[in-house]
Amino acid sequence: MSLFYFFRRGSAPIARERLKILLAHDRIECSHPDLLGVLREEILAVVGRHISFEPDNVRIRLGRCKTTSTLAVDIEIPNGCRQSDVVLRPNRLPFGSGLDSNVSTTNQWVI
Amino acid sequence: MGQAGDDKGQVLVVTSGKGGVGKTTSTAALGAALAHDGQKVVVVDFDVGLRNLDLVLGAERRVVFDLINVINGFAKLSQALIRDKRLTNLYLLPASQTRDKDALTEEGVAKVIEELRTNFDWVICDSPAGIERGATLAMRYADAAIIVTNPEVSSVRDSDRIIGLLDTTTAKAERGERINKHLLITRYNTSRAARGEMLAIDDVLEILSCPLLGIIPESKEVMRASNVGSPVTLNNALSAPARAYFDAARRLKGKDIPMLVPSESRSFLNTLFGRKAA
Repeated sequence: MSLFYFFRRGSAPIARERLKILLAHDRIECSHPDLLGVLREEILAVVGRHISFEPDNVRIRLGRCKTTSTLAVDIEIPNGCRQSDVVLRPNRLPFGSGLDSNVSTTNQWVI
Repeated sequence: MGQAGDDKGQVLVVTSGKGGVGKTTSTAALGAALAHDGQKVVVVDFDVGLRNLDLVLGAERRVVFDLINVINGFAKLSQALIRDKRLTNLYLLPASQTRDKDALTEEGVAKVIEELRTNFDWVICDSPAGIERGATLAMRYADAAIIVTNPEVSSVRDSDRIIGLLDTTTAKAERGERINKHLLITRYNTSRAARGEMLAIDDVLEILSCPLLGIIPESKEVMRASNVGSPVTLNNALSAPARAYFDAARRLKGKDIPMLVPSESRSFLNTLFGRKAA
């Protein structure tokens, strides 16, 4: 990014920044069309092996800044959850076929 | 890049994703430029149902058989090839205007491309727009790709998508090899880019991370050439876009040519009469 860039007027710099952000997103999506879906299932399966939680209380977000992206997984765990629950139900997967409608997946565009 | 080590020719695909960026114009101009430099060239129209390469080359009234006829075994390749009237070593294999793209088969295309490869120095495949069957088959057997891009957001985005496909769905990619990619920026306006009204070359190169083959300036000569059915490199070889295409063709042959954006030289009469004389 040269000095010239800062003094350059016009809409081209906006086009350039929009494209850079958009293409970072496109490339992830095209190389792995259902990345969020796969991540969600696998993360929930791993967490569900140890902790029981309501599928309704799960939020997965992909955030994007200029140079980095973030993956945020929010799982609400009831306060009454004890270690014994974990041991008693090691293979429990706390979601079924209706998972898609229960998990909120949002794309955050942070510029 | 240069030619393959054996006797076989190079197979190029001219592709873009987005329509109207100059694929057909560039195919005709580069094909004619290479043929003009003594290479034996065939340009193949893959835009089944919407053929236009014949029109840009001024051969529309000479089409008898087409690519689909050859694939179906209805005609021999030699019967379908049309020899250019101006350059004796430039040939056209037209697309069908009546059939649809499903008539193209992977095996059929492979056979035709292989036969062309043994008979020509350069096989240049003009891809249809989009990422459907016609476009993926046009790039399928290519050794190298020319990605035609306008310095404009939707064109750059689509080019990025096409680059992704070139790296994953071509026969070369499936064999674990890397397809050579060359970016050809068309309709470039130097003064608008300098004013920040148009994406600059460096912006496009940074975003697409692809080596540059050439920069074709926006010019009235391009439409003038297609109006009369002649590649711009033949119609007015001294015009700015023609010189840019000639430079790009030499780079394809492996020559190291400085990357300049040719500008229209205005004669005294042109300046005097402005648009009318241009």
